[in-house]
Amino acid sequence: MATADIHVDEGLQHHDDHEHDHHDQNFWTKYVFSEDHKTIAKQFLITGIFWALLGGLMSVLFRLQLGFPDMSLEWLRPILGGWLTDAGKLDTEFYLALVTMHGTIMVFFVLTAGLSGTFSNFLIPLQVGARDMASGFMNMLSYWFFFASSAVMFTSLFLSTGPASGGWVIYPPLSALPQAMSGSGLGMTLWLVSMALFIISTLLGGINYVTTVINLRTKGMSFSKLPLTIWAFFLTAVIGLLSFPVLFAAALLLIFDRSFGTSFYLSDIYIGGEALPNSGGSPVLFQHLFWFLGHPEVYIVLLPALGITSEIISTNSRKPIFGYRAMIGSLLGIAILSFIVWAHHMFVTGMNPFLGSIFMLLTLIIAVPSAVKVFNYLTTLWRGNLVFTPAMLFSIGLVSFFISGGLTGIHLGNAAIDIQLHDTYFVVAHFHIVMGSASFFGMLAGIYHWFPKMFGRMMDRRLGYLHFWLTFIGVYMVFFPMHYIGMAGFPRRYYSFTNFDAFNSFADLNALISVAAIITLAAQFIFLFNFFYCIFRGRKASANPWKSNTLEWTTPRNPGHGNWPGEIPTVYRWPYDYSKPGAEEDFIPQHIPYSETPESNLPHENDLVRIETQDGDAIRVSDQGTEE
Amino acid sequence: MFEIIITIGVVLLLVIIFMLFRIGRIVGIIKGSDKQLVSGSNQVNAVLFLVFLLVFGGLFVWYSYAHFDSYNLPVASEHGVVTDRLFWITTAVTGVVFFITQFLLFTFPLRYQYRDDRKAHFYPDNHKLEIAWTVVPAIVLAGLVTSGLMVWSDITDTAPEDSEVVEIMGHQFAWKVRYPGKDNKMGGFDYRLTMDDNPMGVDFSDQNSFDDFSAGQIYLPVNKNVKFQIRARDVLHSVYLPHFRQKMDAVPGMPTTFWFKPTKTTEQMRQETGNAEFNYELACTEICGNGHFSMRMMVIVVEEAEYNEWKAKQESMIQKDPGLLKYVSQNLQEVAMIKSGLESAPTNTEQDKSEEPDSSM
Ligand code: HEM
Ligand SMILES: [Cu+2]
Ligand SMILES: [Cu+2]
Repeated sequence: MATADIHVDEGLQHHDDHEHDHHDQNFWTKYVFSEDHKTIAKQFLITGIFWALLGGLMSVLFRLQLGFPDMSLEWLRPILGGWLTDAGKLDTEFYLALVTMHGTIMVFFVLTAGLSGTFSNFLIPLQVGARDMASGFMNMLSYWFFFASSAVMFTSLFLSTGPASGGWVIYPPLSALPQAMSGSGLGMTLWLVSMALFIISTLLGGINYVTTVINLRTKGMSFSKLPLTIWAFFLTAVIGLLSFPVLFAAALLLIFDRSFGTSFYLSDIYIGGEALPNSGGSPVLFQHLFWFLGHPEVYIVLLPALGITSEIISTNSRKPIFGYRAMIGSLLGIAILSFIVWAHHMFVTGMNPFLGSIFMLLTLIIAVPSAVKVFNYLTTLWRGNLVFTPAMLFSIGLVSFFISGGLTGIHLGNAAIDIQLHDTYFVVAHFHIVMGSASFFGMLAGIYHWFPKMFGRMMDRRLGYLHFWLTFIGVYMVFFPMHYIGMAGFPRRYYSFTNFDAFNSFADLNALISVAAIITLAAQFIFLFNFFYCIFRGRKASANPWKSNTLEWTTPRNPGHGNWPGEIPTVYRWPYDYSKPGAEEDFIPQHIPYSETPESNLPHENDLVRIETQDGDAIRVSDQGTEE
Repeated sequence: MFEIIITIGVVLLLVIIFMLFRIGRIVGIIKGSDKQLVSGSNQVNAVLFLVFLLVFGGLFVWYSYAHFDSYNLPVASEHGVVTDRLFWITTAVTGVVFFITQFLLFTFPLRYQYRDDRKAHFYPDNHKLEIAWTVVPAIVLAGLVTSGLMVWSDITDTAPEDSEVVEIMGHQFAWKVRYPGKDNKMGGFDYRLTMDDNPMGVDFSDQNSFDDFSAGQIYLPVNKNVKFQIRARDVLHSVYLPHFRQKMDAVPGMPTTFWFKPTKTTEQMRQETGNAEFNYELACTEICGNGHFSMRMMVIVVEEAEYNEWKAKQESMIQKDPGLLKYVSQNLQEVAMIKSGLESAPTNTEQDKSEEPDSSM
């Protein structure tokens, strides 16, 4: 594709010198080991979709067990083989393996790699006005490390001893001792190897995102003119860079404990008829290290989705996002606070109760910036001119989930209340709604919104609507009833509840949830059809189908390597000049100078006109300073 | 046969959906509606949001009200009443926010759906508003935090001196329970002493352990403070008493504890719930392996007198299994015999050859 044009660029980006190499790209360098951020984004997306499907199928499988405990799964024997008991039911340990893999896949592979990997890669260069990522090579490595990580995790599914089964949080000693469960043997080893590769992938990607946002913004694109998507991706990458290494350390120590006889997490254990020599270690130490990543991780999953929806809601309300600065402020607040609330997952681990008080205080503080975001979304919708594209519907769905799931966080953040709710279905309901479904909807919204830019074609709108309504209703039907089950005290990660008098009810609600889960999963096939069909057969998209302000819509329909055939546009204004009074159209893209819009300029913007016309460079130097 | 019919049905359904999809597209192209930013479906979606609000709001309110008894677990401890109250206060506060915000979110679509002849209101910020909705949630949350903190520090305060002490040990996949016996002192333990005949690793060189007894069920006196000493032998477990609103992890190498006051006997609960078979239960809430879902133990709360009676009847571990005397050092054999309630037992020659690997403990 017309890569030669890139050389028109004033030589700002040093790596442009290398572009010659790409003239005769063959299949391998173009589609497989590509260094183009757009291709890498699509690779992340397709891999993420694959994992989402697998993770979703797993959840339906164990939902069958929970909803219809008496059902025979004999018809699945060709696939599951020995994981079925003779009676045709799921093996109890396989149930835990499914839950564990489902959680791991969804959190890390789908909503971290699939979400950040796709949209940070795709949108950062396009929206800040860069030819590509700071390092295309590292970016490529980032994907292939993720691919390797995926391959290892996938392989572990086929072990005769089963994949890791100790929950996605892999608490030792359970995860450290193969005697404790068979999934803690080779399956756990592969889990750890896979996650180590995954962390490398995330770090390589994150360094790139941060560097690109800081260094490669186009002329005029100051931080105060960045779209909220970029702010969100930027902060997400920073959080990831600071927290994933801690998980790496935690995993490394666990590997030592498992394989080299150390006692970081192990002490005073008698198992399998023998007393182990380990002493002095602490399982609680692992939990601290894990949640030091684990809690930021939920924001790594959520922030990109919030960024994406901010953009989509503003565009489709034809209205500026309300409180742009407050939105950035709350993102920053959440990013910082996310590092100091981790122990709210550990109120009842025997941790010092005073420490619990501190974490309870900090946890409830983080609710404030979250509340601000919700109010700002609502005010953005208020008196807007709302266009319900599928992306917009999913964004509104996200806001609804963010409210529903966020509010129950206030219960769980309160240590006194958490005593009862911890590790019950109330928690499952809470995090699926606020983290799982909200982020999932953010991802789907992003796909619907940027599909035209990714593939140059439109997705079918009607199928999008159908997909949205089935999924939206389905998700509420699946996760809302879990609150009741949790309030009744049902513990999570239970294969069945028939052993207990106290938990021997709610068969009806559990069946309902399972049916809803099946319908929800089925609805995703509508999406898959729409997605793949329209890549090839969709209606051709116009350059700016949603009449949006951000820079990616100034590229050609199918942007080539280097994104803009000519010079990269200069940015003059913030990205949210929608429905500006006086303006003829209801949007003014970022690259339109104020001098061209005298009719709609606000008083202080008229002053900017003078600087604009003097010299474009002046803006860059004063606003940015870092570029030269 | 049945499967074939279902398969055919599903295939037909898919074909029909696909045909509808194609027809819809063609019609859309002919009418040109798919080129416009906004089509007739805009209004449909706007209305559906309202319908969703009404139907799901209705379902939510109805179920919460009509099935209150099925999801509201009866409470039977002193602090449980307090934490339940906190739960409901929090639910009330968040519930108000929930209804207001969801109401706005789902009614705005209909009110502000796209119209060609209207322009959105350019309203980029309003500092007063933003400050207001930062400060108000902060104040409300401060209130919730403060009440929560006070309750939390009460609950987690050290147990009163006069508490009944019970030791609970989790292992794959059951619980073991030990009472301190007549001397009210729990003997020591060491995981290295764990043997088939000494599953809790009780240190029988400690005199306090001689009269300790184990039990297959947890008996508790009503209206008396109870302190659980919790530990685990192999992996993490978690002691969960749903009706007493208590939960605490059992951690190998790090004994934990909690205390509470049961306020209703099992009998009272049976009357209150109208379920003659009601029993308090202990469940495990930390994933511990494939038997995690089956770690149940019954808890029986009785009047204090009955409790004392029950306690007096229990045989000590050594009394039940005199073989355990082999773990007791030579010079303490006599004491052990007496304290464990074995005095009348004949001298056991077996003990003579018992080496004492544990006396160093
Ligand atoms: C079709 C949609 C989904 C259904 C029906 C579903 C259902 C469930 C259920 C019932 C459990 C608890 C099982 C148990 O405790 O025994 C669970 C666990 C979990 N799910 Fe999902 N889920 C879905 C999607 C997601 C998504 C999108 C995420 C992304 C965050 C997610 C993340 C998790 C995690 C982290 C766990 C905990 C795993 C563990 O306990 O180790 N799920 N899921
Ligand atoms: Cu957290
Ligand atoms: Cu357990």
